[in-house]
Amino acid sequence: MSDKKPLSSVNDFVVRFANVNGSGSASANEMFARAILRHGVPVSPRNIFPSNIQGLPTWYEVRVTEDGHLGARGGVDMMVAMNPQTWDKDVAGIEPGGYLFYDSTKPMPSTKFRDDITVIGVPLTAITNSTYTDPRQRQLFKNIIYLGALSALLDMDPKLIEQLIGEQYKGKEKLLSSNVHALHLGRDWALQNLKCPIGLRVKKSDKVGDRIFIEGNSAAALGAVYGGATVCAWYPITPSSSVAEAFTAHCKKYRHDPETGKAKYAIVQGEDELASIGIVIGASWNGARAFTATSGPGISLMTEFIGLSYFAEIPAVIMNIQRAGPSTGMPTRTQQCDIIACAYASHGDTKHVLLFPEDPAEAFEFAAAAFDLAERLQTTIFLMLDLDIGMNHRLCRPLKWDDSKQYDRGKVMTAEMLEQGRDFGRYLDVDGDGIPYRTYPGTHPTKGSYFTRGTSRDRYARYSEEGSVYADNMQRLVRKFETAQDLVPRPLQANAERPTKYGVIYFGSTSPAMDEAIGLLEARGHQLDRLRIRAFPFHSSVASFLAEHDFVYVVEQNRDSQLRQLIVNENGIDPVRLVPIVHYDGTPITARFIAKAIGDHQDHLKVTPLRKAVS
Amino acid sequence: MTYIAKPKFHHPGLKKNELGYTHRDYEGKISTLCAGCGHDSITASIIEACYELSIEPHRVAKISGIGCSSKTPDYFLGNSHGFNTVHGRMPSVLTGANLANRDLIYLGVSGDGDSASIGFGQFAHSIRRGVNMTYIVENNGVYGLTKGQFSATADRGSKSKKGVTNTDNAIDLVAIALQLGATFVARSFSGDKTQLVPLIAAAIGHKGASFIDVISPCIAFNNHAGSTKSFDYVREHNDAVNRLDVLVGRDPIAVDYAPGTVQVVEQHDGSKIALRKIDADYDPHDRLGAQAFLAKHAAKGQIVTGLLYVDPDADDLHAHLNTVETPLNTLEADTLCPGSAALDKLNASLR
Ligand SMILES: Cc1ncc(C[n+]2csc(CCOP(=O)(O)OP(=O)(O)O)c2C)c(N)n1
Ligand code: SF4
Repeated sequence: MSDKKPLSSVNDFVVRFANVNGSGSASANEMFARAILRHGVPVSPRNIFPSNIQGLPTWYEVRVTEDGHLGARGGVDMMVAMNPQTWDKDVAGIEPGGYLFYDSTKPMPSTKFRDDITVIGVPLTAITNSTYTDPRQRQLFKNIIYLGALSALLDMDPKLIEQLIGEQYKGKEKLLSSNVHALHLGRDWALQNLKCPIGLRVKKSDKVGDRIFIEGNSAAALGAVYGGATVCAWYPITPSSSVAEAFTAHCKKYRHDPETGKAKYAIVQGEDELASIGIVIGASWNGARAFTATSGPGISLMTEFIGLSYFAEIPAVIMNIQRAGPSTGMPTRTQQCDIIACAYASHGDTKHVLLFPEDPAEAFEFAAAAFDLAERLQTTIFLMLDLDIGMNHRLCRPLKWDDSKQYDRGKVMTAEMLEQGRDFGRYLDVDGDGIPYRTYPGTHPTKGSYFTRGTSRDRYARYSEEGSVYADNMQRLVRKFETAQDLVPRPLQANAERPTKYGVIYFGSTSPAMDEAIGLLEARGHQLDRLRIRAFPFHSSVASFLAEHDFVYVVEQNRDSQLRQLIVNENGIDPVRLVPIVHYDGTPITARFIAKAIGDHQDHLKVTPLRKAVS
Repeated sequence: MTYIAKPKFHHPGLKKNELGYTHRDYEGKISTLCAGCGHDSITASIIEACYELSIEPHRVAKISGIGCSSKTPDYFLGNSHGFNTVHGRMPSVLTGANLANRDLIYLGVSGDGDSASIGFGQFAHSIRRGVNMTYIVENNGVYGLTKGQFSATADRGSKSKKGVTNTDNAIDLVAIALQLGATFVARSFSGDKTQLVPLIAAAIGHKGASFIDVISPCIAFNNHAGSTKSFDYVREHNDAVNRLDVLVGRDPIAVDYAPGTVQVVEQHDGSKIALRKIDADYDPHDRLGAQAFLAKHAAKGQIVTGLLYVDPDADDLHAHLNTVETPLNTLEADTLCPGSAALDKLNASLR
């Protein structure tokens, strides 16, 4: 019997599905999340998958969050335990007072349960087997049957799920009706045999608004379509492969000439990352917008070419969907651990532009902007996503595009300009911003051609290893990087309600957890100003923010506090004033974690919480 | 300055080609390679072939890796863009460049170290993709630029300048190119301009992946007795299957031919290759036959040269990818961007 009162909450709880990979549960689980969205209640789902191999465990977690907290919360209120292999761990992970949902066809001995949770058994296999004979059907419909049972337990409107099934199987009437039938099998069984609803409930609300539900990788790929990328070269690696796959799908939809059916793009699956970035550099050298998508190990392989892009000044866009390293690390776990590797990629003195989108909407915007930046700055631009945004659906504001927008093709000297007698020196700093003019191959019969190389050369692209010539070039590259500061997305600052000496810096996918953590910290009486960094090089407002606060926490998802290192390195500030808050176990950072880490540090500093006056 | 430009001045009486360009218009900077290096002869052959074909020099993109051979694009077609990339990676950069603008002529220049060692993968994959290019390997069996180490094309048993014997098997790039589906495969010798010039011209006219392996002795590190890539050795073991002549609707290139049968191959671009067969039984349309022929002669220590295989109906990567005829690098937002209306629809479908 329960030691603890069962949890009760409306529109604010976490359900986790524990499944076996290959059981076809993914679409039922995703439908569960979407069904809640259709109730007008925000959700934040996460895939947790140790590997993509058949038979291994996978989890799918849905945070139901009327308040719209889109970061991971931590803890599980209801476990849908469909995987015997992970049973013990799954049962142990349930919050006190939580619920365990399981297939009771073969009832578990009570020793396999806990006293402080509510156990809900539904004989899923028995129901399925008595209805279906085909083994695959049995497996697939079992998922829909538990979805039906959950809808009754959580008080969900079955019509909304039916609608989703209808959309999914549009035009496939047989599949549609059989899925709806399975849904009701589960629902009716639960209504007749269990006490429905339980303490966790879904109630219709209006908190979703016009927000959309999309994966970061898909949004970034769409950004590449809108940003005018015509060449994509890639090599499969989790969690980035779906960028190229989504780019292919978007291009098929939007980029075929209606008359000829021909493609206004070229996608090549390279033989490796070396070839992929080589193709990108060749295409960009020749004036096309090109990109690759990869993850940490791919970045390692690309670094020689990244140095060429930097020094020979050729645009390139690399989308790095970060996963846990070093080496193969935890390939299906999230981290923000390639900051230093990307910022200073390659040998010699290099610096590269990094963009840090916080969600799919920004992934879309920044991806499109990356092509403008790459051509404007004639260098590599890294779009730094991570598995947490890349491979999960997120609620975000609708994607927007300004139709009057033209692409910024950067400083390209045309045949007409050359005809008019404009002095062309490939590496001449004509405008004092460090950015030289380039010409595309084939521009003019006698003017504007030059030889591109990764070897030192003078302002007119003539091979030279003279020290002063080399240094002149390297200094111009620094000037160019300074110019970049004002072209990249600026940091966004949000101040605490009351003036404070404490600040926090964060970036990328940490954003929703940070927003929520601020509320938790305020409840503990801690006021913090926030600065969300959106790009490297750092805008001058980063230095100002640091100057204005005694201590600044830097929250990130890697062991070595890499963003902090970069800030210290680039801003020359006393590291003592930058407090690292790091989370790197491969799971997404949570508000609870941030609030505890910062709160404990504040306590340790003996910061007196500014409590509200008690009347 | 550490570069040497050629003076622009030239004799007013120089012969002009159909476009009115003189030979000088196809030259580049003065070579900084060792005097007598085979690579310089290949440069001269490229210049000659482009002049004869009346190519607009600026419509050629010259792309190379790293090595003495890869430096040569600076020494020809001074009015075209060149790109000295990184070691072994010319093929990927060329592939990307070609995807961006299908209207230019792509000339890839590489060394045997560049293509058979570090860049073996990229060499193979650019060929199997059918990138429309002329891929020339200047094959000297050694690393010239890093001073004489064996490369992967050095024959087993051949000796280095220091007397060391190579114990590894050699990679025959021609055999590999045939196996990978190159649609134009040839081997030649830098010392045989008569054979090499029309081969380069025909390769440029070929639509698809053209590969020419040119044995190009390194006089500094690999031109001694015991080397199988020395001038003397190649002259003694050269066995030409054919000599050719390229007709581009104009005068044929004037070269000497040994008597034999003549076979005319018409290519996609309308150019015609007249093949004077020295080995009357040799059929350059038979990929399998070419592979067997090559292997048989290699076993006898003979170096087979000439046009070994051609598929006149070949197509290229753009055809495989079904890309538009307009170069991708000229497309702008109006044709590339689906616009806000499409985005609104998409947003609606994502709720
Ligand atoms: C990544 C890398 N490794 C090694 C080198 C050094 N390197 C420069 S050229 C070369 C070999 C060149 O040999 P080959 O391609 O046969 O050209 P050759 O000089 O003989 O014409 C090497 C190993 C390099 N530049 N980059
Ligand atoms: S070292 Fe050999 S390959 Fe290099 S330039 Fe001299 S002769 Fe030519």
